[in-house]
Amino acid sequence: MTTDVATIQVHQELDVRGLNCPMPLVKARQAILKLDVGQVLKVISTDRGSVKDFQGWAKAANNVALLAQSEEAAPDGKTLYLHYVQRTK
Amino acid sequence: MSTATMELDARSAVAANGVNDAAQPLLQRIAALEARLEEMESRIPKDKVTMVVFSGDLDRVLAAFIIASGAAAMGQEVSMFFTFWGLNALRKQRKLQGKKLTEKMMALMSPADTKHMGVSKLNFFGAGAVMLRQMMKEKNVTSVEELIDLCAELGVKMVSCEMSRDVMGIDPSELRPDVETGGVAAYLADALESRVTLFI
Repeated sequence: MTTDVATIQVHQELDVRGLNCPMPLVKARQAILKLDVGQVLKVISTDRGSVKDFQGWAKAANNVALLAQSEEAAPDGKTLYLHYVQRTK
Repeated sequence: MSTATMELDARSAVAANGVNDAAQPLLQRIAALEARLEEMESRIPKDKVTMVVFSGDLDRVLAAFIIASGAAAMGQEVSMFFTFWGLNALRKQRKLQGKKLTEKMMALMSPADTKHMGVSKLNFFGAGAVMLRQMMKEKNVTSVEELIDLCAELGVKMVSCEMSRDVMGIDPSELRPDVETGGVAAYLADALESRVTLFI
């Protein structure tokens, strides 16, 4: 998880703002299976729990790698949690 | 026996009988080790999660389906076994026709489907469940009905316990059509090779 966010080439974005556990994970899983191996999915979430959830997913699954995670302030004052997930298999 | 004599023995064996005979014990040992390895591999837990859903309380059933959908999303194979009150989570409708008096009473006192399930604490004749659903909606948490359909879509295996279904007088036609039927051995066969098993 040391990859610099700016250098990551994102192939698809998934907006799961407003969704709560377990939906960000479920939607991300469905989206990543539609990508090719090596491609990267950027997930935009408002669920604070998704930070640990995506770490757990990458640890348990053998077909994804979590390249980076970051936080960003949305215009409405909410915090956005960004996850960069790569399909590896 | 020293290494030198072993080597000499092996050499003389090769000289006397050719390579094949000398290699025979080694080949046998490799075959035995391979068989043992295969046996051990078959006993290593798989990427599998199993659950027993005993409770028919809305909050507990919700927790079960959140864990199930999360596990499925993480790439785990998930099996859920529904027994006793948990069977109400798989109910689509209530039927009274053809049931005995006790079965009818049980049916009337049990939730007809997930929409009629109460919560495990502060239920107050269903008011608590209504309140919980309202609060979940406000926080945009997926409803239990949506989660059950989602789990089915994600390939979560749902098995109804035949014995408790029969005892409770629930007709198979009252349950979701995609539900499988099994017993304790069906659960254990999956649980024994799971990394995680939960009783909810």
